[in-house]
Amino acid sequence: MRLLVDALIVLLILTNLRLVASSHLAACIYVVALQGLVLGLLPLLVGTDPLTLRACVLSGLTMVLKGIIFPWLLLRALRAVQVRKEMEPLVGYTTSLLVGAVLLALAMWFGRRLPLPVSEASPLMVPLALFTIMIGLFAIVSRRKALTQVLGYLVMENGIYAFGLTFAREEPLLVELGTLLDIFMAVFVMGITIFHISREFDHIDTDRLSLLKD
Amino acid sequence: MLAVLILIPVLAGAAGFLLRSNGIRRGVLLLAAASHGGLTLSMWIRRPGPLFGGWLLLDAQGLLFLTVTSILFLATSLYAVGYLRQEVWGERQDFEEGFLFSNAREAVFTGCLLFFLAMMTLVTVSQHFGLLWVAVEATTLASAPLIYFHRHRRSLEATWKYILICSVGIALALLGTFFLSVACSLGREGHTPMLLTNLIGEGRLVNLPWLKAAFLFLLVGYGTKMGLAPMHTWLPDAHSEAPSVISALLSGALLNCAFLAVLRMQQVCAAAGEGPFGRKMLLLFGFASMTVAALFIVRQGDFKRMLAYSSVEHMGILSLAVGIGGGAGFGAMLHAVNHSLTKGMLFLVAGNILAAYKTKSTTEVQGVLRVLPISGVLWVAGFLAIAGSPPFGLFLSELIILKTAMDQGHIWMATGYLALLSVVFIGLATIMLRMAQGVPVLRPGGRASAPEELSTVENPHVESLLAVAPPLALGALVLILGLYLPAGLQNVLEEAARAITG
Repeated sequence: MRLLVDALIVLLILTNLRLVASSHLAACIYVVALQGLVLGLLPLLVGTDPLTLRACVLSGLTMVLKGIIFPWLLLRALRAVQVRKEMEPLVGYTTSLLVGAVLLALAMWFGRRLPLPVSEASPLMVPLALFTIMIGLFAIVSRRKALTQVLGYLVMENGIYAFGLTFAREEPLLVELGTLLDIFMAVFVMGITIFHISREFDHIDTDRLSLLKD
Repeated sequence: MLAVLILIPVLAGAAGFLLRSNGIRRGVLLLAAASHGGLTLSMWIRRPGPLFGGWLLLDAQGLLFLTVTSILFLATSLYAVGYLRQEVWGERQDFEEGFLFSNAREAVFTGCLLFFLAMMTLVTVSQHFGLLWVAVEATTLASAPLIYFHRHRRSLEATWKYILICSVGIALALLGTFFLSVACSLGREGHTPMLLTNLIGEGRLVNLPWLKAAFLFLLVGYGTKMGLAPMHTWLPDAHSEAPSVISALLSGALLNCAFLAVLRMQQVCAAAGEGPFGRKMLLLFGFASMTVAALFIVRQGDFKRMLAYSSVEHMGILSLAVGIGGGAGFGAMLHAVNHSLTKGMLFLVAGNILAAYKTKSTTEVQGVLRVLPISGVLWVAGFLAIAGSPPFGLFLSELIILKTAMDQGHIWMATGYLALLSVVFIGLATIMLRMAQGVPVLRPGGRASAPEELSTVENPHVESLLAVAPPLALGALVLILGLYLPAGLQNVLEEAARAITG
């Protein structure tokens, strides 16, 4: 079981690196979908206690939302805006990969230093969470397309979810559901906004949204 | 009681989406606003007990902010009815760039407005940090379509920045919430629910490094939403592009809700004996916000952006006051109430000016006093109030904060605070008084576009009751608060101040 969890964590780390190294928006969406599916699977594996209905419900819901519904919404938005590639991101792909490697090292170093409860499934869990959050933030600031920024936001939320998975497992179900619902609404509203942006501006480059300034 | 308070706007909001007739929908809006207001007022007489095992509880701070939200919502919904009558469905010309655009459907507007109220109500009564997070993020999502009411490029850009910056900021707050959960459970068996009362009760038991980390993340996260510099960048854009009714609510009610979230975390920090750490951080962000706002208010070219930066300034003052602690806590609570009412009034008046002049430029608008006699007087009164002149309430609260800083021997801090207030005063005076005086030159497309009206000052606009009565009422409240604090209000303010500053 431990080996499986570690393998999944490595897979999640790879999805993060793939996200910042890819220029095809559709490929990025699939990568984030995969990340969502794996992330939804994790709580079933990391728990030491027997499976509860609550864990299964949350897990299933996470997989359906993050693995299927979000990607579907974003793919629809992508088709509507007729953009295929992230052209000339603010930070190039090779550099992005290097930054990713540095962030990974940082996350590992930091994750080891934090005083944490020892009862976790894998020592890689915290570094993974931190790394995912950092990659998400990095994607938001280093990419131009609004769609990639939404993906960055989703990845960041995934990282936070991974962190919560390890430590906040006793969070009330209501809060967990509320959080998921909020993120769902956020992606929904962002998707609609991207659609409107593309209709009004004929592009979805957020760095060219500069009508408003002092 | 608390459940009813949240359910009223939720149900009315759902009705707002479904109803087809504009008239009935506006009636529902007013009815919901009035019953929400009435129920809130009744809570001043008898405060409702806890609900769902203490998850929902109305404490003194919550009651204050809930009341402000409710009053402001009532005023803005009255104003909105008049506003929606003008903003009928169909294509219209943008007065800044001249292209055609249409508004969002009124059903969407009303529905989102009521959901927005429901979520703000939930923020003021939730005691659980997880639930608080869910509610704050929901306010962002409910208000985003409101900012994009006028469907054109500028409002779209503002909406995008608003959603993305606030969502990312609030995501950091979620991480902070998890940190808080770690801080509570580290080295202990069992699980402590993250209820404010529990956390304050067991304050000394939490893990301090994690608590500090949680505080920082929550401060940055909710601070983004509150408009603290340097995370305030979404705020001027959203406030200037949203319809004025919405700007009034964003500035007067929403920023307070985020401030309340920060206050709750400061309470936990203080209970754990880390109050000075939290206060230091609040001082830092407070001063940063006041400085940034002062720099951008001076020579500001857009009067709605000017008001938005003034909100950044006042959020800075609130943060600074909690940072000073002691008696300034009372000042902070009073200031929050005063600022909300004043800013709500000013944004509504700004809406009237915008409707008449068809421009947001501070240099093109002149002679408001002649063109819009009532709005003009309110604009000047609003200037005096927001800049902190007597006899308005803000003078009193700013003075209390200054006095506490002096009493505690923070002479440099008091000097800096006073200097920034003066810069803002001069900046606002230059812009707002110039707008009020002078000979009006109205743009074509403005309501008084006929040439003979351009020169006639004896022939001012007839202002509709719904456009002037709400800001007038809010202004009157600020004036009363400056002259006389009712004993009931004083008690609640003191209770809230005790809770946040210990």
